[in-house]
Amino acid sequence: MEKLMSDIATQLFEGQDIRFGPIDYDKDPEIEAKWTHDAGFMRLYDVEPARPMSAAMVKKQYEKLEKRIEEEKNLHHFMIRAKADDRLIGKALIARIEWANGNCTFRIGIGSAEDRRKGYGAQALKMLLRFAFAELNMFRVYADAQEYNEGALALLRKFGFVEEIRRRQALERDGRRWDLITCGLLKDEWLNQASGQSDAS
Amino acid sequence: MKDILTGRLVRLAAFDPEEVGKSFSTWTRDSEYWRLMDAGAAFMPSAKDAVKHFEKEVEELNADSYFFAVRTIPEDNLIGEMVLEVVNWTGRDAFVGLSIGGRDNWDKGYGTEMVNLLLRFAFTEVNLRRVTLTVFEYNPRAIRVYEKVGFRHEGRERKSLNREGRRWDMVFMGILREEWLELNQ
Amino acid sequence: MKDLFRGQLVRLTMEEPEFLAKHQARWQRDSEFHRLASSRPAEMFSAKKIQQRGDELVENDFKPERYPFSIRALDGDRPIGFLNLWLNLIHSEVWLGIGIGERAFWGKGYGTDALKLGLQYAFMELGAQRVSLGVSEYNPRALRAYEKVGFRLEGRTRRDALREGKRYDSLWMGILREEWIQTSEV
Repeated sequence: MEKLMSDIATQLFEGQDIRFGPIDYDKDPEIEAKWTHDAGFMRLYDVEPARPMSAAMVKKQYEKLEKRIEEEKNLHHFMIRAKADDRLIGKALIARIEWANGNCTFRIGIGSAEDRRKGYGAQALKMLLRFAFAELNMFRVYADAQEYNEGALALLRKFGFVEEIRRRQALERDGRRWDLITCGLLKDEWLNQASGQSDAS
Repeated sequence: MKDILTGRLVRLAAFDPEEVGKSFSTWTRDSEYWRLMDAGAAFMPSAKDAVKHFEKEVEELNADSYFFAVRTIPEDNLIGEMVLEVVNWTGRDAFVGLSIGGRDNWDKGYGTEMVNLLLRFAFTEVNLRRVTLTVFEYNPRAIRVYEKVGFRHEGRERKSLNREGRRWDMVFMGILREEWLELNQ
Repeated sequence: MKDLFRGQLVRLTMEEPEFLAKHQARWQRDSEFHRLASSRPAEMFSAKKIQQRGDELVENDFKPERYPFSIRALDGDRPIGFLNLWLNLIHSEVWLGIGIGERAFWGKGYGTDALKLGLQYAFMELGAQRVSLGVSEYNPRALRAYEKVGFRLEGRTRRDALREGKRYDSLWMGILREEWIQTSEV
């Protein structure tokens, strides 16, 4: 059985095929700008209206984000890169950290369709959970998923998340209303997971 | 989830003030471009001027305004711009403004598709209930496009435009969400 | 058209920042009030600082998403608490937060009356499709008030508040437009 709490030397930011890294202001804006033009992706990733952005606008968002991280101290952000060629393939965000209660939420997005269905999302989630529980010392981690986002819901279930809230008809999209589902995972649940949640997924 | 930003002939893309500003400056060399969509005296802004103007417009991203550049598929040429501006959240009503630059880009079906893409965005992404627009009486090409898409005539500001030595009406048109959804389901 | 801001026991209003700050500074000293109203650690700001924040909100101008009402008891016309509505423009969902800072007005129907005004405003003026809120399991009085006005339990986030060394669940409730219309017709 794989030990989930490892020793200090074990890398937090290196996965099997992916790694977490900082924003690269030279290369990343253009790639992320492209993702924002794919409304299919944006509508899975976010509940805000899909808005195509230029590289310049993305850069501005990065600057705002890094400023918020520094000032508010309740956010963490990682770019997800393929280990093989350091290519940007996605992003991960931990947000709404409540230090006193030990809670936080997160979001993961794999930007282009060719990179999905390869297990990168699962690898990223595994690393993100380790960061949240073993480095931020969180007690519970939660994520919201839209009722129509079967991929996200399946991934969360696979990692042992429990559906905790179903906010009925909380979203409107495509001319109808959808529920918004919150799934949560407690630290003891994460620790007790079988090695089924392994790197090979 | 559908990629609602992409059509067959055109797609809705990021509004980059620098790029759109430069194109706009070029488009306005043809006075007809300006006179079809702006009630003020035909003007030819420099690229610098136009870029500055657009930069100010898109400064803050908020829920009230959505700016798009329109690009052809597959050439990816920038041929127009569109803006959706919410006027009233209680009524969930927004104004749409758009233009196609360069005479060779007119009468190619871009207008019809652009407007439909925007309406899909307005009704199924921003969840508005109606979209309003104004169009000049002397722009029958545009009026036909809007009618084709489903806009209905709602009124006229009589003789509020003054051009070529005579007065013209400003035509108001509107489309409701249920009307558009019925035409497009 | 009736007066949306006036109920049976309370009225909703917007106070001057200076006036409100004095009352808020007093209410924040009641830690039980704070813990019932918020899951975040208590803060102790001066009236001056609270007013400054109030002034900043005024400076930032009206936002169509934010409705920070104050609650006044009709009898005596005194401020007794707050009712905040936050409207998600895209999805027409309203988040509601309420707190009665004056202990003398707990358990007497003032909160419920304010809730009713808040719901009416959310559905009839903001055009909400649903109203949501969260409440701690250690606040049964509030839970009962929410149930009484029609909120339904939609979920429970387990052990997400840590207070006095104990973990408590948070309860999440929602009321849909159709549901509210039915209850208000009764």
